[in-house]
Amino acid sequence: MRTPAWVPWVYLGPAAAVMAAACLYPLLSALQLGFYDWSMGTPWGEAKWVGLDAFSRAVQDPSVWRSLRTTLLFAFVCVTAEMVLGIALALALEGQVRAMAFFRTLFILPMMIAPIAVGLTWRYLFDAQFGLINAILAVFGHAPVGWLAQEDTAFMAIIIADIWQWTPFVFIMMIAALANVDGAVLEAARVDGANWWQTTFRVKLPMVMNVIAITLLMRLIDAFRVLEVIYILTFGGPGDSTEILSLHIYKTAFVGQRLGGAAAISVLLLIVVAGLSWFALRLSNPLKDEERS
Amino acid sequence: MSVKRHPALVVAHYGMLILLAVVCVAPIILMFATSLKLQTQIFNTGINFIFAPTLENYRDVLGEDSFKRYLGNSLLVGVVSTIITLVLGCMAAYGLARFRFPGRKSMAYVTLLLRTVPLAVLAVPVFMIWSQAGLINSLWGLILLYVAVNLPFAIWLLYGFILQVPKELEEAAAIDGCGPIKVFYKVVLPLIKPGIAAASIFTFRIAWNEFILALVLTDRATRTLPVAASLYITDIGVDWGKIMALGSLIAIPPLIFTFLAARQIITGLTAGAVKG
Repeated sequence: MRTPAWVPWVYLGPAAAVMAAACLYPLLSALQLGFYDWSMGTPWGEAKWVGLDAFSRAVQDPSVWRSLRTTLLFAFVCVTAEMVLGIALALALEGQVRAMAFFRTLFILPMMIAPIAVGLTWRYLFDAQFGLINAILAVFGHAPVGWLAQEDTAFMAIIIADIWQWTPFVFIMMIAALANVDGAVLEAARVDGANWWQTTFRVKLPMVMNVIAITLLMRLIDAFRVLEVIYILTFGGPGDSTEILSLHIYKTAFVGQRLGGAAAISVLLLIVVAGLSWFALRLSNPLKDEERS
Repeated sequence: MSVKRHPALVVAHYGMLILLAVVCVAPIILMFATSLKLQTQIFNTGINFIFAPTLENYRDVLGEDSFKRYLGNSLLVGVVSTIITLVLGCMAAYGLARFRFPGRKSMAYVTLLLRTVPLAVLAVPVFMIWSQAGLINSLWGLILLYVAVNLPFAIWLLYGFILQVPKELEEAAAIDGCGPIKVFYKVVLPLIKPGIAAASIFTFRIAWNEFILALVLTDRATRTLPVAASLYITDIGVDWGKIMALGSLIAIPPLIFTFLAARQIITGLTAGAVKG
């Protein structure tokens, strides 16, 4: 007995409808909005068709390029540091420890609490007057630093907060992957006379390479999506030194009231993220197994 | 194979784990500690771990009339969007896992791609569309959006769990005269409970913690707690005691979930990349 073609859509229909209405349709509208000049609060009928104007303005706007540069640098530094730290720590600390479950619980706390709480806490830690970081520096006789008031140090601050929040993610992914490595293979390498260095870099890491790649992509995609922590921590400042693309879009739309301009920049960010997602899909496709069979 | 390790190595191992745990937890503890300080104690520079804790900030925050409203909004949005996401997510995941039909692949890939859309990108057109549709400043508008944003993750997490359920069990139940809803309820649901727990926690956490979309889409009446907290930051300065009290209150539910269901959360985090 064959199932009629409409039956699957009884199951999928409601979810598909919600995602289409509140995700897909808005994204297509953003694309459309990029072609119009529309101010918030005015009727849509008064929107002016401006063609590729907003896109060409976005591409020529130096603030967009600065923001893109900031985003790329932020993503590159954060993700590199998180991957190196997370993998190194996982290699050092893998293996059965009695209280590991408890430690893992503590490690995921930074990811679980609200980004607004993370932003506030780090803003407080970096505070020039009464922040803990300056207090610790003072113990070593260092003059107080206006962390969030200078461009370089503010950029460092948003990176440090991100590394604090997300290195545990890489660590936990790697611990889980390393636990799946077949012990017999490692034993065989050891019997063949491989030392720790060789076992790690020639045997262990290549075996978890797929997980490393997918973790890297997940982190990269998320690094391009970060917004809330930076919104609270610096709101892009001082100047526009920490204004990543997400925040630039938000400010263009809701501070500068230029929705069309914001939509045009959104398309730029979407292209970057969609490209990364495409790679991620190729690496870890949930439908992959059934295609092979 | 079990190798007896040198005691010094074991000590170093634990030492490093403890150090990492301190790095992860210390900022969170600092937030709670600051919420228990008076403004004068906060302005007292230097490292002071010992202080007389006060509930003054909590009294201030909880005493405001608007707090109850914001808390109610946050709870309603969090709970309702989690329930709807889970019901729709289970149905969709079941459909994807159990049927082969035209359009299945496109549906699967579009869902996967939607998982990665930056919320800032969504905020701009959603604000425009919700304004026209009369969904702006309404909790239902926010719930609809949170359901849509969370569905992709929920569907893929549950999909993995449903694939593990043997089809024969369902067929046996169907032969015994169970309808599709009863089959799902009696056979599938009990077996995918860990997946449901993980999906619920992740959905609730997003809906409870999120504040950019909520900031754009709500007003004084429909504000959620994170939005209220963000508004404590003004050009004049930050009232650290009060804002940390509010931040701590927002952090409490996710902290409780983390301690209750760390295993399910880690399953959710590693789903798709690590088998097992």
